[in-house]
Amino acid sequence: MPADGGTLEVRVWRGGAEGRYVPYAVPRRQSQTVLDAVSYIQRHLDASLSYRFACRVGMCGSCAMTVNGKPRWTCRTHVAKVARGGALTVGPLRNLPVIKDLACDMAPFFDKWAKAEGRFRPPTEPARDFVPVRPASPARQAADAGIECIGCAVCYAACDVVAANPDYLGPAALNRAWTLVNDVRDAGQRERLAAVAGDAGCHACHSQQGCREYCPKHLNPTAAIAGLKRVTARAALKGEI
Amino acid sequence: MKAGHIALAWRGRSHANYLAFLVHRLSGLALALFLPLHFWALGRAIEGEAALDGFLRWADRPLVKFAEAGLVVLLAIHLAGGLRVLAIEFLPWRNWQKTAVAASAGFALAVGVLFLLNAAG
Repeated sequence: MPADGGTLEVRVWRGGAEGRYVPYAVPRRQSQTVLDAVSYIQRHLDASLSYRFACRVGMCGSCAMTVNGKPRWTCRTHVAKVARGGALTVGPLRNLPVIKDLACDMAPFFDKWAKAEGRFRPPTEPARDFVPVRPASPARQAADAGIECIGCAVCYAACDVVAANPDYLGPAALNRAWTLVNDVRDAGQRERLAAVAGDAGCHACHSQQGCREYCPKHLNPTAAIAGLKRVTARAALKGEI
Repeated sequence: MKAGHIALAWRGRSHANYLAFLVHRLSGLALALFLPLHFWALGRAIEGEAALDGFLRWADRPLVKFAEAGLVVLLAIHLAGGLRVLAIEFLPWRNWQKTAVAASAGFALAVGVLFLLNAAG
């Protein structure tokens, strides 16, 4: 795509946990995304810049960064929408260990999906028949509302509860747990509710709603966590967990 | 932390629901700080009617009344903010969260204005 005239000042985080923002001059182009700008720097200005991306079309969830203070998926974020005074400040995601520059270690984020029992547990006995799942049923609709998560960790980076309590499971893992709580085929509900009801689970959420504000897929982890709060409270009252 | 970093950190939090969280938390802290004064004022009654009446007369001064209105607003903010959080957690989800924040703020201000009108009247 031809240059659109003008230059964009992109200040990029260089280093690990300790580092600094380094300014780069990037030619402004039409329909330029933040990922385009970062890629330009890596390919033309400094090949040692580390960052992550894969699909470039908002499916894989690997290119999330902090852009002008807000967590965003950079492949679908247009420079024109977020640049302030012809400048961008691009840093790694918050709340995750920085490996180098813009690349974070995602292991703590995905470990928490496992801790929140974020996997489907089939019944021990093989199913004898199909389980009827009506698409219009409230449980299926609640599950459908959360299943499009791409695991980009934008919500995790936006959450101050994660920042304050590193053990907190976080919005994405709890959202995943909520989709499974609403899956009538799943046989691990008691374990899952116990896993998300602890000190670092759903009840730690302060409903600040940063997750909902910044989720690039417009999912609503706050609502999912509120659902878990209700279900776990009910289960505790009944003595089930 | 450098000033630029603080500005970036705030930008990520500059949305209505975070602001509501912050105001709710700070109003709670301010009310907690006021509690010892409240108990001290009530304690005047133990020392006799005259001591309490003396304090109440002092509290009737316009400037104190005005400060009291601030206190009433804090209470109303904290009450409305608490009800908002309870609604999020115990009622089915509603998409008008910003409206709920605005309504909570409006309620608190209205209570403050009513208190001042009552004090002036």
